[in-house]
Amino acid sequence: MLDAIVFYGLAALALASAAGVVAQKNPTYSAFSLIVTLCSLSGIYGLLGSPFIAVLQIVVYAGAIMVLFLFVIMLLRVKQEDHPAREGRLLKGVAFGLGLLLALQMTVVLAARGGTPIPSIYEASTPAVARLLFAPRFLYVFEATSILILAALVGAVALAKKEP
Amino acid sequence: MTLPVEHAVLLSVALFAIGVVGVFLRRNVITILMCIELMLNAANLAFVAFSRALGALDGQILVFFVMTVAAAEAAVGLAIVIALHRHKDTLDVDAFNILKW
Repeated sequence: MLDAIVFYGLAALALASAAGVVAQKNPTYSAFSLIVTLCSLSGIYGLLGSPFIAVLQIVVYAGAIMVLFLFVIMLLRVKQEDHPAREGRLLKGVAFGLGLLLALQMTVVLAARGGTPIPSIYEASTPAVARLLFAPRFLYVFEATSILILAALVGAVALAKKEP
Repeated sequence: MTLPVEHAVLLSVALFAIGVVGVFLRRNVITILMCIELMLNAANLAFVAFSRALGALDGQILVFFVMTVAAAEAAVGLAIVIALHRHKDTLDVDAFNILKW
């Protein structure tokens, strides 16, 4: 029961702050709003039985990525958007289609309720995830991500460097 | 009490939709990048929810890889934003039309 209250509270918080990300005019407020979304999502991961992902969410997203965003916002002295959001008939059509798709998806998910029984025993502890991650099945992909990070690091430095 | 996984999936769908709306509506490049992060998070939530529903751990591993790619994307994306701001002195996406013809 308590689980459900916390879950729906966090879900409402995540949705409200996600709407704030889009609605805020100032990117700094958008960034803070996004941090609230990320933290409430971390709580939801914990409730869904994934403590490793919950901690990773705080450390990587709220810790590293959002600090990067805030650094860039402060560095560039971002001004508020002075003209209103984009509009146009094409955009309205796209928005209507996407809204219809969303409603359709929600109906399908709600209608398919109770299809697969949820296993009561679920072991997503950090040792279990680590054993799977470092098993031969995912080990090479894991090593490949380190090359990806290195490439992104070199690319970011090369892109942001002042030209001579 | 078990949590309804369907509701977590619905939350993920709604977050993804909000992210898409943000990418379409906003003009600031940094806000658009943040909306992309929001969409990646929605995908992560779907992975965790389905991993819970199916009792398999592969979803957790995929979330790990998505986070890695998101970090790389944010670093490169923000570097591009800095380079663009240096050239054009604005962050409005409508000003970045140099590749159009």
